[in-house]
Amino acid sequence: MSDIQLKIDHKAISVPEGTTILEAARKVAVNIPHLCYHPDQTIKANCRICVVEVKGSRKLTAACSTQVWEGMEVLTNTRKVRDMQRGILELMLANHNQDCLKCHRNGNCELQDLCERFNISRTHLEDAVDALPLDNTNPALVRDSSKCIKCARCVEACQEVQEVHVLTHSHRSSRFNIAPAYEMSLEDTLCVFCGQCAAVCPTGAIVEKDETDLVWDAIEDPDKHVIVQVAPAVRVALGDAFDLPKGEIVTGKTVAALRRLGFEQVFDTNFTADLTIMEESHELIQRLTKGGTLPMVTSCSPGWINYIEGTFDDMLDHLSTCKSPQQMFGALSKTYYAELKGLDPKNIYTVSIMPCTAKKYEAARPEMTSGGVREVDVVLTTRELSRMIAAAGIEFAALEEDQFDNPFGIGSGAGAIFGATGGVMEAALRTAYETVTGKGLPSLDFNDVRGLEGIKEATVKLNELELKVAVASGLSNAKTLMNQIRRGESPYHFIEIMACPGGCLGGGGQPIRSTNDIKQKRMDALYEIDADLPIRKSHKNPDILHLYDTWLGEPLGERSHALLHTHYRSKAK
Amino acid sequence: MNKTVRFITENFGKYDVRSIISCIEAGGFKGLKYALTMTPSEVIATVKASGIQGRGGAAYDTGKKWRQAAEVPGDDKVVICNADEGEPCTFKDRAVLENDPFRLIEGMAIAGYAVGAQNGYIYLREEYRHLRPLLLSAIEQSKSQNLIGQNIQGTNFNFEIQLYSGAGAYVCGEGSTLIESMEGKSGRPRIKPPFIKECGLFLKPTLVNNVETLVAAAAILKKGPEAFVAYGTEKSPGTKLISLAGNVKNPGAYEIPFGTTLREIIEDIGGGLEEGHSLKLMQLGGASGTIAPASLLDTPYTYEDLARAGLDVGSGGVLVVDDRTEVIDFIQSIQEFFIHESCGKCTPCREGNRQIGRIIERYVAGAPRPDDLDTAKRFAVIMSQCSFCGLGETAQSALLSAIRHFPESFQTERGARG
Repeated sequence: MSDIQLKIDHKAISVPEGTTILEAARKVAVNIPHLCYHPDQTIKANCRICVVEVKGSRKLTAACSTQVWEGMEVLTNTRKVRDMQRGILELMLANHNQDCLKCHRNGNCELQDLCERFNISRTHLEDAVDALPLDNTNPALVRDSSKCIKCARCVEACQEVQEVHVLTHSHRSSRFNIAPAYEMSLEDTLCVFCGQCAAVCPTGAIVEKDETDLVWDAIEDPDKHVIVQVAPAVRVALGDAFDLPKGEIVTGKTVAALRRLGFEQVFDTNFTADLTIMEESHELIQRLTKGGTLPMVTSCSPGWINYIEGTFDDMLDHLSTCKSPQQMFGALSKTYYAELKGLDPKNIYTVSIMPCTAKKYEAARPEMTSGGVREVDVVLTTRELSRMIAAAGIEFAALEEDQFDNPFGIGSGAGAIFGATGGVMEAALRTAYETVTGKGLPSLDFNDVRGLEGIKEATVKLNELELKVAVASGLSNAKTLMNQIRRGESPYHFIEIMACPGGCLGGGGQPIRSTNDIKQKRMDALYEIDADLPIRKSHKNPDILHLYDTWLGEPLGERSHALLHTHYRSKAK
Repeated sequence: MNKTVRFITENFGKYDVRSIISCIEAGGFKGLKYALTMTPSEVIATVKASGIQGRGGAAYDTGKKWRQAAEVPGDDKVVICNADEGEPCTFKDRAVLENDPFRLIEGMAIAGYAVGAQNGYIYLREEYRHLRPLLLSAIEQSKSQNLIGQNIQGTNFNFEIQLYSGAGAYVCGEGSTLIESMEGKSGRPRIKPPFIKECGLFLKPTLVNNVETLVAAAAILKKGPEAFVAYGTEKSPGTKLISLAGNVKNPGAYEIPFGTTLREIIEDIGGGLEEGHSLKLMQLGGASGTIAPASLLDTPYTYEDLARAGLDVGSGGVLVVDDRTEVIDFIQSIQEFFIHESCGKCTPCREGNRQIGRIIERYVAGAPRPDDLDTAKRFAVIMSQCSFCGLGETAQSALLSAIRHFPESFQTERGARG
């Protein structure tokens, strides 16, 4: 590709062919306002806030969608441009519920940022907020169309990235809206509650269902013993909310913050991630040696479970029967832990901190009960936790590091990498290899299954067997692998699927504005945690071994089967 | 005095439109047969020499457009005839489809030969569904006579034509939206690049031409570009189909030479206004066109003269409005049309139409706010400058020109309507 010479605001620059005006302007330190544009999505050019003057053009030009040409002269800061951009913003605001101070996205809203930038005060337009009814009947997400600016980022997340095809456009002109078909509520659709729509929404039109009040209430309740678990991907993302460098490892500060919030015990989901690996790798070995449906597909991503139950419901027998680490933790908390502490399971209140909105749905599933009670009482996303920390006045960045409590406080490196796409596979391979071959692995790093690519594959020799594995993140990639199985063309024995692109580190509950660059930093951090740990294999976690020895028995044993495994049902019927 | 001509419309009424034999006897398909004796490049040169500009409204040089289409690499190209004639007060393409359907097929085959396309599609507006049987029969008969199909007239040129119907959205007359609609998607304009000419229907290189452009090309091939340029002016060569409507005695579709004045169109061709009424305004080019007061009646109907007067040929519509209609009521009807037809995709068009609609409502009610005029003007300009597609760009042409020509209609005092 050759370079293009052009001028932006009278400054000459040279950029590669195919560069857009928006991208080129950044090179001369100009940030053209934008709203529907998202660095990881296709260009939409429908908000029009990025219009600029191009010499020789009778109209203004959308900077996000227009590629530069030789000799182009762009003006981004004329009175005309400013007035038009401001006018477009005024039009959006006129049809926007302006209860900003009461909005979850207050202070973290792209529309609000633009209002600040344009110094918006009053306009001459008449407010005309037309909105569909609030959709808040499901356990995970809230859609408030009065705050929707119709940028269609969520539609791309739902239709292209995830291929779930729930959110779409409806009607036209001033009735134009973004909603499920027939304006059904999400609960009545095949929504998987992955929250990727919420993760890309520039405003507060799609947010997680906030359950922080339930947790505050429980903490205040003297009859309740409130414990909390923290998922692997939270500790490399929570710092974002407190202006720490992206991808900074904040495990110790997170534990300290949770303790200050009033949780009696702070536990690590990495521990039950290790437990999942024990069960799942034995399940795989069993299917390989004694027969069973192959390829076996992982089951720890609740968005993925929702998807397969809705879209590939004829293939549920491919799923591992293992519950997710969150639910294994919940099950143990209401049984093993209750016994250990001499507590009535009814009085134990188990909270999860998850990077995920679908975990809220998973925890609410009727089959997820143990000891006669719901396993996980409340799931908070990373974003909700950051709100609680802020509300408590805790200066997160200044906290001293603290450590998880026992008996669920030790997680291996294998548990840590659950938060990245490919991590579950790598963790399972470490254990399966050593269990089957009886030999130590020469290298613990399975680099073929690392990275942000949507589909990865690897082959591992387990004695005589060439074990073929694949990893997919993002449901469109999952769909590719599942269709391959359906056609009878899948070469794999074992497949890991995560609903969200990049895995849990890119989950729908993570801090807003998680771009691919930020996801990569989180991924690097998770592998750093793994590399720095003395124990990097689930089957070498001493507390896991102790749990089996003293209480659970064998992997896939009777107690495991009752507590740690589940079943699936078709949602399509 | 008859100011109309019959260059494009020469075969109107001359043959039985249900019979290709009768069409051929009347001289039909001579243009195609002649074109097939030339190279595609010579066909394009012939069209270029006629100077014809696209009749859909954009007035882009047709010869140049065909040349570009021919130069796009690829051996699987598409020609689309835009028969979505959606502009209110526009029906000249319908007149062609009703009176000379075979010439459209001929024009499409010529275009296909010129640009190297194998497939043609007619995108027919939903409201013209009564013409479907006629067009389907014309396609079938043309195929049976080997005027389309495989190895046309013994050459190695293959060209098939299929008929598509729209679903009634005005915006589908916009080229990229039309293609989205044909692909089964909702009617919203497509982002460019990639451009339609390189990546259009089903991702294939695509040429989109209006009905009139294609039939004019067929006539030009038959009679030669010299015969075409004998009409019109230097910058607006040839003849033009217009749709004359509104408060005239003889509304209808007419073919005129460029250069005829608006007064001649209304008085000589249209038979003038009804007795006892005077002209309030004209709107040229459909709902997206600007409006003109009676003082512009002597403007010649050419691209260049109309442009100087702030007017545009557009769709070829000429709407005549007499003194029984208030300017503000007329503007409201236009505004309601665009509020109905905006696709909703981009902010300026979706929200701008809504907001301006509310301001016009207040004018109609005689109770505008002091800042309404400035607000309406400001957002009308934002719509025209910043919208995603031509719909939003032109939706406020009528309002802005009405404010210019009829300022008294937009005074803020209660009851001051004109």
